[in-house]
Amino acid sequence: MASEPNDILNEVTQSEYKYGFVTDIETELAPKGLTEETIRFISSKKEEPPFMLEFRLNAFRRWQSMKQPEWAHLNIPPIDFQDIHYYAAPKKRPELESLDQVDPELLKTFEKLGISLEEQKRLSGVAVDAVIDSVSVKTTFSDTLAKHGIIFCSFSDAVKNHPELVKQYMGTVVPAGDNYFAALNSAVFSDGSFAYIPKGVRCPIELSTYFRINAANTGQFERTLIVADEGAYVSYMEGCTAPQRDENQLHAAIVEIVALKDAEVKYSTVQNWYPGDKEGRGGIYNFVTKRGICKGNHSKISWTQVETGSAITWKYPSCILQGDNSVGEFYSVAVTNNYQQADTGSKMVHLGRNTRSTIISKGISAGRSNNSYRGLVKITKRAENARNFSQCDSLLLGDKCGAHTFPYIQTENRSSVVEHEATTSKISDDQLFYCQQRGIDTESAIGLIVNGYAREVLSKLPMEFAVEAQKLLSISLEGSVG
Amino acid sequence: MLLHINDLHASINGKEILKGVNLEVNAGEVHAIMGPNGTGKSTLASVIAGREVFEVTQGDVVFKGKSLLDMPVEQRAREGIFLGFQYPVEIPGVSITNFMRTALNEIRKYRGLEPLSGAAFLARMEEKKKLVEIQSKLTNRSVNEGFSGGEKKKNEIFQMAMLEPTLSILDETDSGLDIDALRIVANGVNALRSTDNAIVVITHYQRLLDYIVPDIVHVLYEGRIVKTGGKELALELEEKGYEWIKKEMEGR
Ligand SMILES: Nc1ncnc2c1ncn2[C@@H]1O[C@H](COP(=O)(O)OP(=O)(O)OP(=O)(O)O)[C@@H](O)[C@H]1O
Ligand SMILES: [Mg+2]
Repeated sequence: MASEPNDILNEVTQSEYKYGFVTDIETELAPKGLTEETIRFISSKKEEPPFMLEFRLNAFRRWQSMKQPEWAHLNIPPIDFQDIHYYAAPKKRPELESLDQVDPELLKTFEKLGISLEEQKRLSGVAVDAVIDSVSVKTTFSDTLAKHGIIFCSFSDAVKNHPELVKQYMGTVVPAGDNYFAALNSAVFSDGSFAYIPKGVRCPIELSTYFRINAANTGQFERTLIVADEGAYVSYMEGCTAPQRDENQLHAAIVEIVALKDAEVKYSTVQNWYPGDKEGRGGIYNFVTKRGICKGNHSKISWTQVETGSAITWKYPSCILQGDNSVGEFYSVAVTNNYQQADTGSKMVHLGRNTRSTIISKGISAGRSNNSYRGLVKITKRAENARNFSQCDSLLLGDKCGAHTFPYIQTENRSSVVEHEATTSKISDDQLFYCQQRGIDTESAIGLIVNGYAREVLSKLPMEFAVEAQKLLSISLEGSVG
Repeated sequence: MLLHINDLHASINGKEILKGVNLEVNAGEVHAIMGPNGTGKSTLASVIAGREVFEVTQGDVVFKGKSLLDMPVEQRAREGIFLGFQYPVEIPGVSITNFMRTALNEIRKYRGLEPLSGAAFLARMEEKKKLVEIQSKLTNRSVNEGFSGGEKKKNEIFQMAMLEPTLSILDETDSGLDIDALRIVANGVNALRSTDNAIVVITHYQRLLDYIVPDIVHVLYEGRIVKTGGKELALELEEKGYEWIKKEMEGR
């Protein structure tokens, strides 16, 4: 009973990762290592057209001349890029007509996560493009989507069936040589999702992809491309959990979004990769390049993310506001616990007139973790009357964790208005006592307080995702606060 | 006997605040605890509720036959102890509705009851809001965030009504209330009085006791209950202040 508040926090922060299990699906691995050979192997495995191989090889050459960036507030153990399998695919890639034909192991995995495809299909009307170890296993609801002329498929299928669209847009938002990890992804990406919403179409369902790392020692290199044509609207959800394991796993994804005139894209993420154990062993290294371009006038892109997993997170979902009157938004909750490290934020680059952007970032640190916000707001000469509002809040649980804020503001146009607010707070003993006095135990109290703190961001998520995200916050702070 | 406090000593950071408190409260009773500022009234409430910063060095607190001292705060609450705070804390982003639903269901779970259905819960919210004349809007707001002093106190009594505790300790629930609000809050508390529960009000003023008429009045002074009487004692204090009690104590 005489336990100190810190002990309570420690207890709460130290429960084990709840989704740590490994599914036994036969996989086909590329040999370890990265050479031109590897890239040719990947490309031929996937029966890609020549332009893809060229894109990959070009990226690989760029990558070879680059260095791993060191500017983030992260302590990254050396990564041996030659000690990684760059390709893994389920051996049998069955042609599926119904869920009965899906590998039962896979279905079980989804069930454990509480996101069985079956349920998804039946209850929520969500089309799910499930990515397991790099190759899409199942795409649902394609009929409904096809009726609207919407394309939603694996990246590989898009390369096969819609090469002209892929060729037109791939690499236009995140060029192959954009950064070290983007170059790596561009060279070796295995699969991912592709969505195209035609002119004037409002996508009637949330598009959703669940990612999962599965094969031992396999880096995961997803690539997603979303194109919303003029006047189109789509809400896209990405969520992931990963099985528990010892070795560190590299994850370097790319997401590109293109919004043409009057189009709107909402991209929501719940990220729950394996964070490592209490002592900081294992866990995913998550280096992600996410960027959208508001290409046309009056277009809008909004990123919402709930980041609870990964040992290391390096991720800055960004918007290039090229069209006049275009809007970029970034809403983020990033939780770090135990020895997790996160350096995340957003870039808003204002090119067009009357462009507006909003950044709301809520960092939550517990245990011995480190949580940094890093953001850039850039207003260029042409961007008359550009507006930005940034709010970066940090919540600390315990006194052994760190929270940092690195806001960069560059303004080249005097008519612009850029506002930045930042706060740092702690969960107070008074708040905990108040909750406990009403019968709520410490763990639930922390969950409640943290969810309250993050409410502004959570409320931006699609309904079904918001519920999951709230649970996740509580779970990941079990053994902390969140 | 509902609550039995026996020779309770408690200190904070090595400084003794409670120096041998004895108190007995039976079901159906309303007690008032009065006493000068800083004499340990809120401390006593906190210690009963189980706040860990206070160290109990001697004595016992027995509630419904069980010692509370080894129970965590939330368990005491689930056993039926409610503390109306002198300074209710703000919890940003957590709606009162969500807060109360979580609390109520935790308490029900402890007692082996099913969680209330959404509809039943909302019906109960509506009913209890009326009790303290809370406008609907308030319950959609975050717990105590941006509430006026009076709203905070009303909200405490609203929560008391929701959770139906066996023993309620109301710490200066009357402070910061205007005359109408005082009457509303007091009427709310009176409506919750029953033969099964007990209420301990901590207050400085007779005007609250005009509405919530106590069976027994105690004076807490320098960490001890130094005087106990009927409701007339409060009137006497109102008239004469605490000087005579202090003198009495010194004279001993
Ligand atoms: N957290 C704390 N740290 C240090 N001292 C404390 C703490 N809480 C209470 N005290 C001290 O304990 C003593 C009793 O305080 P308490 O709040 O119980 O008085 P009270 O009788 O409720 O007074 P009031 O009528 O002003 O509300 C005071 O001297 C106070 O300063
Ligand atoms: Mg007090």
